[in-house]
Amino acid sequence: MKRNGIFFWVGAVVFLIVIALITKLIGNEYPFFAGYVILQFIVLAVAWSILGGHAGYVNFGTSAFFGMGVYTAVFLFKVAGAPLLVQIAAAAAVGALMGFLLGLLTLRMQGIFFSIATIALTIVIETSITNWRYVGGAAGIQLQRPPVTWPFSGYVQMLFFVQAVLVVLAVAVSRYIQNSWIGRGLQALRDDELAAECTGVPTLKLKVLACVISGALMCAAGAPAAMYLQYADPSSAFNLNYSVSVLAMSLIGGTAHWAGPIVGAILLASTQQLLTVTISSEVNVLVLGVMLVLFVVAAPEGLIGLLRRLLRKEGK
Amino acid sequence: MTPSGTDAPLLQISGLTKRFGGFTALDNVSVDIRPGERFGLIGPNGSGKTTLINCISGAFRTEARTVLFRGEDITQLPAHVRTRRGIARSFQIPRPFKSMTVVENLMVALDFAVATDPMVSAADRHDTAMSILTGMGLASKADASATTLSQVELRKMELARAMATRPKLLISDEAMAGLSSSEVDEVLDLLMSLADHDITVIMIEHIMQAVMRFSQRVMCLEAGKIIAIGAPNEVMANQRVQEAYLGT
Repeated sequence: MKRNGIFFWVGAVVFLIVIALITKLIGNEYPFFAGYVILQFIVLAVAWSILGGHAGYVNFGTSAFFGMGVYTAVFLFKVAGAPLLVQIAAAAAVGALMGFLLGLLTLRMQGIFFSIATIALTIVIETSITNWRYVGGAAGIQLQRPPVTWPFSGYVQMLFFVQAVLVVLAVAVSRYIQNSWIGRGLQALRDDELAAECTGVPTLKLKVLACVISGALMCAAGAPAAMYLQYADPSSAFNLNYSVSVLAMSLIGGTAHWAGPIVGAILLASTQQLLTVTISSEVNVLVLGVMLVLFVVAAPEGLIGLLRRLLRKEGK
Repeated sequence: MTPSGTDAPLLQISGLTKRFGGFTALDNVSVDIRPGERFGLIGPNGSGKTTLINCISGAFRTEARTVLFRGEDITQLPAHVRTRRGIARSFQIPRPFKSMTVVENLMVALDFAVATDPMVSAADRHDTAMSILTGMGLASKADASATTLSQVELRKMELARAMATRPKLLISDEAMAGLSSSEVDEVLDLLMSLADHDITVIMIEHIMQAVMRFSQRVMCLEAGKIIAIGAPNEVMANQRVQEAYLGT
């Protein structure tokens, strides 16, 4: 376990160094635009799987958390010109609070009822933001990026790097949860909530904790999106596509291991980017749907589950 | 039995009533269980046996001061806190953590139910789990997935998981249902050996020979009411108990 930890952190540092070098070496901005989206989806999918994978509570409210992150950034930027890091930290705090309230109110409900409540949350928040003039209302709001800070050569490169740091953070948190008592408790309550409770697992507390961590990471992932697009409007910030894509990425990657959502996000997000450029952005959704159906039928435990099954067969 | 145990009851149930809508599942049930006692709970299907243990273990909430454990009112505590205080149970239909191995099932109990001592490493907890499994005769299955176990192994694993919470009171809910007669003896011997370790055991069972052999005292419920309580022979000889069971 200890050795794995060293490998993980060395890998994380190498990843960040490579990302930093890429921002220096590639002059063209487009790879960063596309790469940013992929990194953003990795954070979202990893964050989603903390509650959806470990605890088995399917959250359809990813877009609520993501959109809240976007609008926390918009609000802070408009009110005080807050720098990017402050926007992200504040978004994480807002996400944690949202996760706490949502968890406390809805996690007493089991299974599908929680999922329905999370859809409602998205609609409630989107409607509120749509009617809030100060942050642009339904028409949206234009944002002027501040000058980029050293050592970055462009704002998009900086956002790309910041999102990569968020990826490392999210994966580290998810990995920690999986390997710790929190993960064992969540896994137990996913298998059988009553049995878990009678074995000493504080099920409600753990579910709320998972919801808080997951919410904080999702909101944090949304915060840089305002500066990325230099524009925010409710119907795209709270777009249900985020919820569906992130759910599909986690399930297709597999939620049994922290690496699953990463694999799923890279696979699906790059496919989506490719399709958007080559065919159209509408085809994305179709491909997403078809892939989800294929995986649910052929590999219900996702790519990670498929890999494990193959390895086990080989072992035998 | 411990000599001091005769005075202060471990578990006191007083005036416990549980209704589901208009249906009264438990009607003014009062009983004291002494420390170290082996207590048998019998009664026809639907008489309220499982409801009673759900009220004790915390799956159902009840009115204040109806359930006292070691002299303290536990009615307002959630189930996991009751487990930590020393009440463990097995389930009528086994409820293993299916995505885990047998030893991991026990690790859940060791991680959560037992007061966490930072000095106790994960390796030590694993050793504890293994020694419990060895005691149950399940050591060879430690790394098997819980889904691959046979019925009797599942029952034993549930008891092992309950034991891993270091209970003072263990409630076994029909741990022998559906087992062959030799398997019944195996599980019964296990329960007997637990009682030797100063653990109070409440056993719900339909297999009368097992109840007779195991229990120091037996209580019979019918339609939520206690109809007989006392030494096993007396309860079996009781006419109302025989009527409840045989329907005559």
